[in-house]
Amino acid sequence: MSIIKTSSTLSLSDRLGSIKVRWGIGRTIYMKEPGLYALGEPDENSPVIVTANYKLTFDIVRSKLVGFNLYILVLDTKGVNVWCAAGKGTFGTDELITRLKATHLSEVVAHRTLILPQLGAVGVAAHEIKKQTGFKVVFGPVRAEDLSTFLINEMNATPEMRQVRFPLRDRFVLIPVELVGFVLPTLLLALFLTGLSIFHHNGLYFDAHEAKIILRNTVLAYVGGVAITPICLPWIPFRSFSAKGALVGIVLVMLISAIMTPWLLIMTAISSFIAMNFTGSSTYTSLSGVQKEMRLAVPLQLAALVMGIVWFMALRLIG
Amino acid sequence: MQTTYLKNVSTLTLNVDKCIGCGMCVVVCPHNVFALQEKKATVLDLDRCMECGACQTNCVAEAIYVKKGVGCAAGIILGVVKGTEPTCGCSGGGCC
Repeated sequence: MSIIKTSSTLSLSDRLGSIKVRWGIGRTIYMKEPGLYALGEPDENSPVIVTANYKLTFDIVRSKLVGFNLYILVLDTKGVNVWCAAGKGTFGTDELITRLKATHLSEVVAHRTLILPQLGAVGVAAHEIKKQTGFKVVFGPVRAEDLSTFLINEMNATPEMRQVRFPLRDRFVLIPVELVGFVLPTLLLALFLTGLSIFHHNGLYFDAHEAKIILRNTVLAYVGGVAITPICLPWIPFRSFSAKGALVGIVLVMLISAIMTPWLLIMTAISSFIAMNFTGSSTYTSLSGVQKEMRLAVPLQLAALVMGIVWFMALRLIG
Repeated sequence: MQTTYLKNVSTLTLNVDKCIGCGMCVVVCPHNVFALQEKKATVLDLDRCMECGACQTNCVAEAIYVKKGVGCAAGIILGVVKGTEPTCGCSGGGCC
């Protein structure tokens, strides 16, 4: 049994690590060793907070607990955040029981209470933990920033602390990963369209001006799906993400005065498809909902893209 | 700002007869779907449900059913490609 010391202070490398992970650089290996950590100088009566071993999560939790003396029990979630891990089952009943045994927590603390993040409830059945280990699970607030208030208020979470929201700041920090994730497909599509653009009714030649327009329009539609839609999410009409993205695409087409061109279809398809993928980053979409949305949107997006490309080719081959 | 997604799609069902009124679903739901009225759980707004499954997992009376899953287009595509249930392929971040 070993208890690892930790603190609420984040080092420069912790901060750099957070930035890197937000930008999708080396994110698969951003893990913390699972086990029992001591924050400050905890004793046998100190609270126990349970979290995931995604290092970004662990760092946020400890940095929000300045001045507290407590234990942090880190589960092995394979470097995945609490909510996702709970969905996959790694932040789950079995792992919590295993970790309780491995760390001999029942010998470290005199009480039998564990504080779990509320979103961990997806994977952890509180009544099973009680039955199998004797520990009582208290689901704390959704956000780590409310932990200190929760602890001070004798473990009472306000309804406000129990609700997941999706404010501008939260949507904003997710954009870099989306930007990185879709940059290659976008550039490949631009390259493909540039390749097609050398065909003209009077022969084959490369038009640099046209290549620039292709790149600009493709990238603009990408920005529409990857950044504009997520940022403006609640203010764009429609509930479906693909519809929101399509609308943003159409507005962008209008802004560049290309409404009666193939770009209407191509840009709308790109923006709609990328925006649809933001459902995975959002905090309120259901599987049934996304499936329903996709059954309609994916065929439409494909049709728009293909028809847009046919139109694009027809214009240059007919002349 | 209360963000709601598509209407009438959630697979969530609550069997009031089985409910023992412990209130755990009210505690764990991240979207305030449940309330406790006269010692029984009740669904306030089904359209707020994101099918995370926290209520079902923590319902000791087994009164709640929901087809739990990830509301993620990329996960659904990945599931179709791999021929599995929709799975979340990402390893961290806020994504999934």
